[in-house]
Amino acid sequence: MAEFLQHIINGLSQGGTYALIALGYTMVFGILQLINFAHGEVYMIGAFVGYYSSKFFGEELSQFWMSLAGKMAEDGQTLIPTFASSLLTAMTIILIAMLVCACIGFLVERFAYRPLRSAPRINLLITAVGVSLLFQYSGQLFFGSDPKAYPDLFSDLDVWTFGSEEESLVINPIQVTVLTSSIILMLILRHVIFHTRLGRAMRAVSFNHDLASLMGIPTNLIVSATFMMGSALAGAAGVMVGLTYPKVEPLMGSMPGLKAFCAAVLGGIGNVTGAVLGSFILGLAEALLSGYAMPTYRDALAFGVLIVILLVKPSGILGVHRTEKV
Amino acid sequence: MSKESQNKFAEIPGILGMKGWLFAAAVIIFLHFTLQLGLNAYYFQILMFAGINITLAVSLNLVNGFTGQFSMGHAGFMSVGGYMSSYLTTTYFASNPDMLQNPIISGVIFFFALIAGGVAATLAGYVVGLPSLRLRGDYLAIVTLGFGEIIRVLLLNMNIVGGARGLSGIQPLTNFFWVFIFALLTVFCVWRVVHSAKGRVLLAIREDEIAGTSMGVNTTEGKVWAFSLGAFFAGIAGGLFAHYLTTLNPGTFDFNRSFEIIIMVVLGGMGSISGSIVAAIFLTLLKEVLRPLQQITGYDLRMIIYSLVLIGMMLTRPQGIFGTSEITSLFNYFKKRLKRGAP
Repeated sequence: MAEFLQHIINGLSQGGTYALIALGYTMVFGILQLINFAHGEVYMIGAFVGYYSSKFFGEELSQFWMSLAGKMAEDGQTLIPTFASSLLTAMTIILIAMLVCACIGFLVERFAYRPLRSAPRINLLITAVGVSLLFQYSGQLFFGSDPKAYPDLFSDLDVWTFGSEEESLVINPIQVTVLTSSIILMLILRHVIFHTRLGRAMRAVSFNHDLASLMGIPTNLIVSATFMMGSALAGAAGVMVGLTYPKVEPLMGSMPGLKAFCAAVLGGIGNVTGAVLGSFILGLAEALLSGYAMPTYRDALAFGVLIVILLVKPSGILGVHRTEKV
Repeated sequence: MSKESQNKFAEIPGILGMKGWLFAAAVIIFLHFTLQLGLNAYYFQILMFAGINITLAVSLNLVNGFTGQFSMGHAGFMSVGGYMSSYLTTTYFASNPDMLQNPIISGVIFFFALIAGGVAATLAGYVVGLPSLRLRGDYLAIVTLGFGEIIRVLLLNMNIVGGARGLSGIQPLTNFFWVFIFALLTVFCVWRVVHSAKGRVLLAIREDEIAGTSMGVNTTEGKVWAFSLGAFFAGIAGGLFAHYLTTLNPGTFDFNRSFEIIIMVVLGGMGSISGSIVAAIFLTLLKEVLRPLQQITGYDLRMIIYSLVLIGMMLTRPQGIFGTSEITSLFNYFKKRLKRGAP
């Protein structure tokens, strides 16, 4: 039982990072009908921004938050301020990564995709593949191709162990942080999309690009905003994965990126709730498969699921079949 | 259609009649024997890679260029074909080692092993293509990319072909004759297909799928057909490649290889066979030219250059160097100018 719960927890935390990446895919697909292959690389850059920022001023940040948290908890209790300061440090680093990634998302859209907006879609797709490879290989050039160990921001904390000696359930506070912050980010995104003017404009543009522009919606601005939001989420996911599996490398983005795309298709591409649902299903399925049956087949699972879903219900679990109009 | 363009179209299939193809085959056989007399091993290797790349680029052009779908899994089909044919030849020659002495028998066996590899790749292409080709083109891109990964994972878990250790001790059966005769066969097949009724179906799919469907064209069938044929030649190229390298492991045909083939097709012009050939030769040479640069800087700048070329190409000349026209139309152009007496 404990083992099962352990797999569920691992699957949920993996699913949370997939969800953050898949949201970017699904938003961009919804608005431009483009599979943004470079999205996985934005996630990789997010992880590296997190790596460098925590390496260069992680110490100062954690001391700053520590002093603040220490002032608030003056009763001498140590666990709460330690956890709070680690959490706040991680949050700050995630924010920095999100900002940098939003800028990168903006630049990619502005200079690689926008000039091709009216070109055939295959050209856009090829450009996306090109941008993705450019990031991968210039990443190797700038960051070095060897994997780097992520600084351990939560080093002062022990893992939480429940249950008896033989059957114990280990919960890493990092996993809790990652899952909580990804759920918070998803709720914020949901609020933005469904309850703000920007979100309404985004939905309008994704519904019909030309019509939205006739209604006075600045479509270029909205597309930029979509890219920036999606990229920011991917950047956050990058830092979170860096914290959970403390290793980053320039080629780390392609596989989670593709898997997240599979998850988005599973949930119904273009559908925000569907992307989250699909990601959690995929994360859980991967954790259970590698935990119980065939760990070596783990990487192939997402693509198998993709092929099956395309055969059975191409619009995905929550997707609505849209007729193509001419 | 204007008279001019009608003429231009009529000239294309006629440029190389049946005699021309046979002549090309004879040239390959002649070169096969003369090159054995003396060619620097390094140049010979470049030549072999160029030939294999021509096969790959032209067959991918059928899918990506003429049919307008975007497959990124050509390396996956290469590995299916490569593993299949290598498995067949290694098991056969392990039990009948004396057959290797006879070049004709071993050649015939190699030929059938290659064909078997091609057929296996075709089947894989059919299985992968059928679900994804029913949908819009972008899904194909991601499914074929994932297919490469599935193949890699499957090969890692298949002990019969060595698993993670890979398959080694493959007989070096690939020679100039096989590489170029299959390159010629690929060009021939793709050329004839494109200029047949089936080819019109493929072009209709590329130009406007919805209009094609409403004219009664079975677009799914056409797409799956082109995809399977492309996979067949990729499988054969994989077999040739495997029997040249003599070792295989699940990582031999990774995504970078697919990408190299894609950039050949895009650079040469999607929908231009001669463009693919020229780009395949050019990029094979470029790889060698850039090798010293990599030694100096210590980084693999090749992929960065490739991706920049790809993006720049899409932004400035998305149709590729040749576009959809062939190199022969260039000859015709000059011929006409000469006739008219223009300078």
